[in-house]
Amino acid sequence: MSVDAKTVRKIAHLARIEVAEERLAPLADELNGILHWIEQLNEVDVEGIAPMASVEDVSTPVRKDVVSIDNTREDVLANAPRTEEGFFVMPKAVE
Amino acid sequence: MSTLNELTLAGAISGMKNKDFSSRELTQTHLDAIADADALNAFLVTTKEAALNMADASDVRRARGDVGPLDGIPLGIKDLFCTKGTRTTAGSKILGEFTPTYESTVSANLWRDGAVMLGKLNMDEFAMGSSNENSAFGPVVNPWRAKGKTQKLVPGGSSGGSAAAVTAGLCLGATATDTGGSIRQPASFTGTVGIKPTYGRCSRWGIVAFASSLDQAGPITRTVKDAAIMLGSMAGYDPKDSTSIKAEVPDFAASCTRSLKGLRIGVPKEYRVEGMPAEIEKLWADGMNWLRAEGCEIVDVSLPHTKYALPAYYIIAPAEASSNLARYDGMRYGVRVDGTDLTETYEKSRGQGFGEEVRRRIMIGAYVLSAGFYDAYYIRAQKVRARIAEDFKNVFERCDALLTPTAPSAAFGIGSRLNDPVQMYLNDIFTVTANLAGLPGISVPAALDSSGLPLGLQVIGKALDEETCFAIGGALERAADFNAKPDKWW
Repeated sequence: MSVDAKTVRKIAHLARIEVAEERLAPLADELNGILHWIEQLNEVDVEGIAPMASVEDVSTPVRKDVVSIDNTREDVLANAPRTEEGFFVMPKAVE
Repeated sequence: MSTLNELTLAGAISGMKNKDFSSRELTQTHLDAIADADALNAFLVTTKEAALNMADASDVRRARGDVGPLDGIPLGIKDLFCTKGTRTTAGSKILGEFTPTYESTVSANLWRDGAVMLGKLNMDEFAMGSSNENSAFGPVVNPWRAKGKTQKLVPGGSSGGSAAAVTAGLCLGATATDTGGSIRQPASFTGTVGIKPTYGRCSRWGIVAFASSLDQAGPITRTVKDAAIMLGSMAGYDPKDSTSIKAEVPDFAASCTRSLKGLRIGVPKEYRVEGMPAEIEKLWADGMNWLRAEGCEIVDVSLPHTKYALPAYYIIAPAEASSNLARYDGMRYGVRVDGTDLTETYEKSRGQGFGEEVRRRIMIGAYVLSAGFYDAYYIRAQKVRARIAEDFKNVFERCDALLTPTAPSAAFGIGSRLNDPVQMYLNDIFTVTANLAGLPGISVPAALDSSGLPLGLQVIGKALDEETCFAIGGALERAADFNAKPDKWW
């Protein structure tokens, strides 16, 4: 499988990364170089093998179901690019 | 006092114990060395005032007789670890002047044990790279140069700042992280020791995430024993990281001199890759002979899926990264570049905030996770990962540890390998398997090549058996008697 400039535009949008129009084709070449190299995985017999997401064979630990009040609003907002009266300020998300 | 920065970490601990010098003197010497090493570009931030305060506090504790295992030892911290009140960038522009309001568990453990923070170390952006050329703050320069040459060499990556700082005497040890080889390959390129412990040994809490199922913290130091001492403080169960392992932290330092008699050391035939320099082949054979002399039996083993490890990694790691790095949206922290609407603001912030390699990997990740390609790429890679883990399980029925070279070459010139991402990725060919299988791996400097550049040997152990890695690493270190240092040119 290989990607063309149109697909790169779609991937870039999925990833929310701005890519200049003239960079789409060169980027497709770069990504294809990597994707073609990756395709050697098709040689591996993976019949009946379960996909491995973690090296640890344990289930996720569960914490105690207790209320905690951290009161860390100032800490949480400390690095925000824009805040107002204790809130994050961001562009309008719902029309 | 001028040589205090040439001590080992263990040597500095005994020096302070014997009252030969104070932590303040030791710390000041390192701060002076850092101020004199701008040409290496290893430190992004030096926390001079805080360092001297921490050193003074350590000296007060020592006078009281109340000292921790690392009391008064000045360390560098890779800029991937969140440090409360000190800017943390992950080597990226996108975090701006991000100043954490909390401390990573690993660094907190070091301060708990008395260590002194000198500052934050340069690295490849988001730990993605094998040469430190992907830092938004410019490349780190390797203190080592080829004999008679002035060409600037890479220190390896992504923990290039950590490795360069330790080699150059800017700190006694440094924290580092390893997702595909980012501790061990720079250690090999700089003549230092680096260990990536078993996945889960060190808490990942407060470490900027790259690929969560592979990331693991560890130390870079000048000796095997120093690495053992430092890892002993860094490691330990942490309820704040759900993948942190509930296991006792053994006395790693004690294992460095343990007898190797009767150990079976596997030598995987698939690690004899085409084009590997003859000097590295020879060093590997030397390593086998050194271990035979210690009473080990060398056994030939096979890890048949080795060649698929890197391609599998370059699906799994970017996939996890594309998900982890979705958080950098310019809303809650970091840099925001305004667009005409929310989506455009996201796209501009991320397009301008991330560097080229990070953008490339996020897009690869987004592609392999996208509808229609998820099974063909991502699920297949996870199945290949299972095959690789199974390979190790099989060989560890026949041997106690594996001996391999750490990297397929010595340090190379800055700018010499930037044109082909895949060629750059091949740096991690011998290290990435241990990440996929979650196993501990240590790199120990073992020789200089004919151009005078350091080469490392790697020992891969069974899960949670760092002790055998340290024991074999210690024996390799004694046999190699590696004590070369780079000539100071900076």
